[in-house]
Amino acid sequence: MTTFLELLLVGVSLGSVYALIALGFVIIFKSTEVVNFAHASLLLAGGYFAVVAQDTVGFWGGLLVGIAGAAALGVALEYLVIRRYRGHDHSVLAIVTIGVDIFLLTELARRIGPRIFSYGDPWGNQMVTIGSLTVPQTRFAALVTAAALIGLFLLAFRYTSWGVAMRAAAENRETAALMGVRLGVVSASAWAVAGALAAVAALFLSIFPTAGLDRDTGEVALKAFPAAIIGGLDSTTGALVGGLIVGITEAMATGYSSELSFMGNGVGEMAPYLVMILVLLARPAGLFGTRELSRV
Amino acid sequence: MSEPMTLSSLRSPQGLVAYLRSPQGMKAAAWLGLSVLLLILPFYLERFWLQAGLFAMAAAIGAIGLNLLTGSTGQLSLGHAFFLALGAYGYCVFAGDPDSQLVGWGLPPLVAIVMAVLLAGAAGGLFSPIAGRLRGAYLGIATLALIFIGQHVLFNAHDLTGGYNGRSVPTLEVFGLSFDNTRVLVGGVPFQAMEKLWYVGLVMLALGALFARGVLAGRPGRAMNAIRDHRIAAGVMGVPVARYRGWVFVLSSMYAGLAGVLLALVFQRTVPSYFGIILALEYLAMIVIGGLGSVGGAMLGAFFVSLLPQVLTKYSEALPLVSQPGTGGGLAPGEASRYLYGAAVVTAVLFLPGGLVRLPAVLRARRAARIKARAESSRNMEVPT
Repeated sequence: MTTFLELLLVGVSLGSVYALIALGFVIIFKSTEVVNFAHASLLLAGGYFAVVAQDTVGFWGGLLVGIAGAAALGVALEYLVIRRYRGHDHSVLAIVTIGVDIFLLTELARRIGPRIFSYGDPWGNQMVTIGSLTVPQTRFAALVTAAALIGLFLLAFRYTSWGVAMRAAAENRETAALMGVRLGVVSASAWAVAGALAAVAALFLSIFPTAGLDRDTGEVALKAFPAAIIGGLDSTTGALVGGLIVGITEAMATGYSSELSFMGNGVGEMAPYLVMILVLLARPAGLFGTRELSRV
Repeated sequence: MSEPMTLSSLRSPQGLVAYLRSPQGMKAAAWLGLSVLLLILPFYLERFWLQAGLFAMAAAIGAIGLNLLTGSTGQLSLGHAFFLALGAYGYCVFAGDPDSQLVGWGLPPLVAIVMAVLLAGAAGGLFSPIAGRLRGAYLGIATLALIFIGQHVLFNAHDLTGGYNGRSVPTLEVFGLSFDNTRVLVGGVPFQAMEKLWYVGLVMLALGALFARGVLAGRPGRAMNAIRDHRIAAGVMGVPVARYRGWVFVLSSMYAGLAGVLLALVFQRTVPSYFGIILALEYLAMIVIGGLGSVGGAMLGAFFVSLLPQVLTKYSEALPLVSQPGTGGGLAPGEASRYLYGAAVVTAVLFLPGGLVRLPAVLRARRAARIKARAESSRNMEVPT
């Protein structure tokens, strides 16, 4: 039972980090209808900026630099690439983001090389004990930060004029534009928010119990894709639920891997994708996604 | 050439010359020249280039399949590498030696190739409940699952795949002709595996390309394009959208299976780590660079993406910025080629929609526009004052 609760806590914490990534992914999709495969490189870029900057400005300063850098990179991508595309086929735009991703990941991997950067985070490898549960402090930090950020975002989405503009643009682009919503600003800000969230996620993905930020850290962003799909690509609630499902599935499958040994090594890596396939078989639009209805 | 060309007019020398000067004659001559060139290449090229060419051919077959799905039907797939792996490992299992430690059925290699392709198709069919219902980029993410599940199975199903170290590929034997490394002198040139496989690759590629052209030119091709351009309108016109998506997915998986078989034959050893996400992304890069929705485009893109690293490796000393692998300093050839094709994908979509295959037409149109503009401006100057 203790193991189960510990794994659950780890899973929820991991899931909240995935939810951060998936949320950015969903925001971009809602506001620009682009499936952003370059998310992995945004995440790695955010982490890289942070660890490089922290040598001079310290951990918190570095984190801010990472967030700002990833946000700026997101805006740059939106402005230089996405906005320049004149066609209408969104699958083609998705492939463009793949091209961007290949380019950026190659560049970042070359800069990082075989090194493993460690964040000088204040939590270190200390553990927290609650009753019979022992969990790393970093997991709590991740959970609290992610919950705070997501709450902040949802409040902004609901109550600020920026949030209203975002939702209006997602609802109907033409009408929103006619009402005076500046679509360029909306999509640029979506990319900025996504970049910032990814940079925060990069932090929690590379501190204890992970060894540190290396060139493969970006691949973790791939787990946010099933999270976003399980929840439904156009639903912010879906991103949260999907992230939690993926996190808990992964933590459980890894924790109980000895019981699952008939499925081979490394079940934890694969389990989220299996869950995604099962969800898609039952609900092709995801758990909270809008089911597509077309009136002819 | 206004008079219609007939076979009898080709009999006289003048008729032949006239035919060769006509546009379709030039085209035929170009095709003939290209075919002859491809057929005699093994007599002249180094083994390195033959192998590179074979990789390019395998990539071209796979890219044609992916282009049917993504370019013509508008369905994104990141799972292509999984079906390549199915083809490669399927062939190994079906044709493998039954007495070895790994599972092998010992079937004749030709039968094994057909069965490997069918296996890939069947796996695509199993995925069709999802492939038929999801559209565009949604499907792209869903197919990511295939990559990860595939990698998991490849690394863990030791008896079938040999695990991390992979398994060696049984040599192809057709009607007593063995495509292994034993030397056979053909016209004074020693033929080894690569030279012999070259012709296998050519046959596979030619058949694959012709079949895809047939599919695209006919009723299915129109239906596929209709689904891509306007799904609802296509449905209203009577195209069974979900069923078509499912079948195109199966067809593209079978192409991937065939490409996988050829890759396995060229590699002579299959390792699981090759069939990862990077490979799947490379195939998408190929079709975008070459040209979405056309067979020629898929082939061009495949040649570009798969020959680029080889060219950079071979000529790394002569090129600025690129260094030999492992020496440090400049870029490794693999890195340099990833930069180039990553940038090429973005450039192709933004500045050359339609890909490399449309380049001649775009240039021609631009030149025509320039000539027209010049003619107009000179006419303006002649206006009497």
